[in-house]
Amino acid sequence: MSDKFDLYRAESEEIEPPVILLEEVSKDYVEGQHALKNVSLEIRKGEFVFIVGSSGSGKSTLIKLLLKEISPTKGHIMVAGKELSRLRENSICKLRRSIGIVFQDFRLLKDRTVFDNVAFAQRVLEVPNYKIRRDVPRVLSIVGLSEKLRSYPDELSGGEQQRVALARALVNNPVILLADEPTGNLDPRNSWEIMHLLEEINRRGTTVVVVTHNREIVDAMQKRVITLNKGVIIGDQKGGYSHAKN
Amino acid sequence: MPKISTFFYGIGQGIKSIFRNRTFSLASIGTMAACLFLFGVFYIMLSNVEYIVKNAETNVGITVFFDEGITDEQIEEIRAQIMTRAEVHTVEYISAEQAWENYKNTKLSPELASSFGDDNPLEDSASFTVYLNDVAMQDSLVRFVKGLPGVRKCNDAAGIADTLSGFNKVITIGSAVIITILLFVAAFLIGMTVSTGVSVRREEISIMKLIGASNFFIKIPFVVEGVLIGIIGAVIPLVIIRLAYIRITNMLAEKFSTMFNMVSFLNVETVMKVLIPASLAIGIGIGFISSRFTLRKQLRKIEVN
Ligand SMILES: Nc1ncnc2c1ncn2[C@@H]1O[C@H](COP(=O)(O)OP(=O)(O)OP(=O)(O)O)[C@@H](O)[C@H]1O
Ligand SMILES: [Mg+2]
Repeated sequence: MSDKFDLYRAESEEIEPPVILLEEVSKDYVEGQHALKNVSLEIRKGEFVFIVGSSGSGKSTLIKLLLKEISPTKGHIMVAGKELSRLRENSICKLRRSIGIVFQDFRLLKDRTVFDNVAFAQRVLEVPNYKIRRDVPRVLSIVGLSEKLRSYPDELSGGEQQRVALARALVNNPVILLADEPTGNLDPRNSWEIMHLLEEINRRGTTVVVVTHNREIVDAMQKRVITLNKGVIIGDQKGGYSHAKN
Repeated sequence: MPKISTFFYGIGQGIKSIFRNRTFSLASIGTMAACLFLFGVFYIMLSNVEYIVKNAETNVGITVFFDEGITDEQIEEIRAQIMTRAEVHTVEYISAEQAWENYKNTKLSPELASSFGDDNPLEDSASFTVYLNDVAMQDSLVRFVKGLPGVRKCNDAAGIADTLSGFNKVITIGSAVIITILLFVAAFLIGMTVSTGVSVRREEISIMKLIGASNFFIKIPFVVEGVLIGIIGAVIPLVIIRLAYIRITNMLAEKFSTMFNMVSFLNVETVMKVLIPASLAIGIGIGFISSRFTLRKQLRKIEVN
């Protein structure tokens, strides 16, 4: 194993390990076909990172690896201080509690109100009711949905639904927020609103990783951009999409 | 360590799930109930047959008649010989006078009886009635007694005990086969109920996994569902059996009392004392095992994204 892992594992107090660390990570779904190939990557606490790349370049694969939904074929991954290869089946849930996640398709429960959708994230972690009553309205006000507590997902616009999903991802105070194409189903105005929210969440201290195809937003926001192509990182720099491209 | 509130949550969700899944739940409960009903019925038959055999063992004796002109000493010698056998419980001597008295009282009209005067037509009918501890030893004892000097005849107590033991064996095997098959069907149906429950809640489970709910928390509603089906499937036949048992045993006792002197059945409490824990254990056990087994397979299939 590499020096870096040994270093961070030593838990020396001066060196805070990155919240996300990948070392020579490869993933083959089918033997010999790399969805990711020798990816090494460090994301530090409080960063805001875009991950871009054409369809099939391995962006979602990367997200799944971070959630330990799949395991790498090769290499090592550390997330929120946990070395994923050492995580037993039963501890995966603990890893996920430190990660908030939103998807393109919102994943809301249609038979529940906005309040209950957000509260669900706390109920499944057995958070006591008095905390749920305190936290849910607070986080809904951050995403600007205080007025819609009692609405059902079908009564909301796409942007509003994504904001509910965002509130659900945030309500348990995750260290990291992962977003896999959060604006993929939204019009430009709603896309911008979600992005500003993500920026705001990042300002409050959460590390934010956003997978997106939205070139305009990436260019405008001037954040760190990691570009994947056919499973390989071909660019990692601050700035816009177009810079990364060449 | 799971919290108490998780159990309440699990019970609430489990009940909801049973209702949401009505068709499968009912099928599972029905099969489980049928299975445990048969189990109860077979158990009752077996334990009662055993009980009746036990009674027969102590009530039915073999009769030993002596050679003509036998002396009292010789009779005592035969008694001593019979008493050496371990399976012998008691030996009762019935004199010729007693035998005649019995016969007169039970089989003859008073006028006919008095016509015999003081004569005893059963002069040489003194006998032993031998009661056994273990009815299975009857054949061997009869052979032994027939071999003793001074014994004219030895009647065994008919084939009742043998018939009953054979009957017991047939019921045991037959019921074991049927119950095993039904248990498999019940387990399969509970598995189906749980896996439809899982697929109905696929979306919810996927989100739960994503948010970091523990496996225990995700599984408990379904385990509760399986166990509840088992419990309901056990309680229904227990109630039916409890209500029907007294009526049916009374009816049978009445019917058979003309054939045999007395048929007594186990009382209902004795039967239920075994049936209640056994049925509940089977119901809960099958519910638990098949839901756990199904969950292990089904939950793997659900991905978080
Ligand atoms: N479960 C799977 N089994 C086999 N191959 C897979 C699986 N999931 C992804 N792949 C393959 O891995 C590669 C990377 O897929 P991935 O989903 O990570 O791409 P992506 O960058 O997220 O693309 P998109 O922008 O279209 O979402 C693709 O070639 C894809 O076909
Ligand atoms: Mg993708």
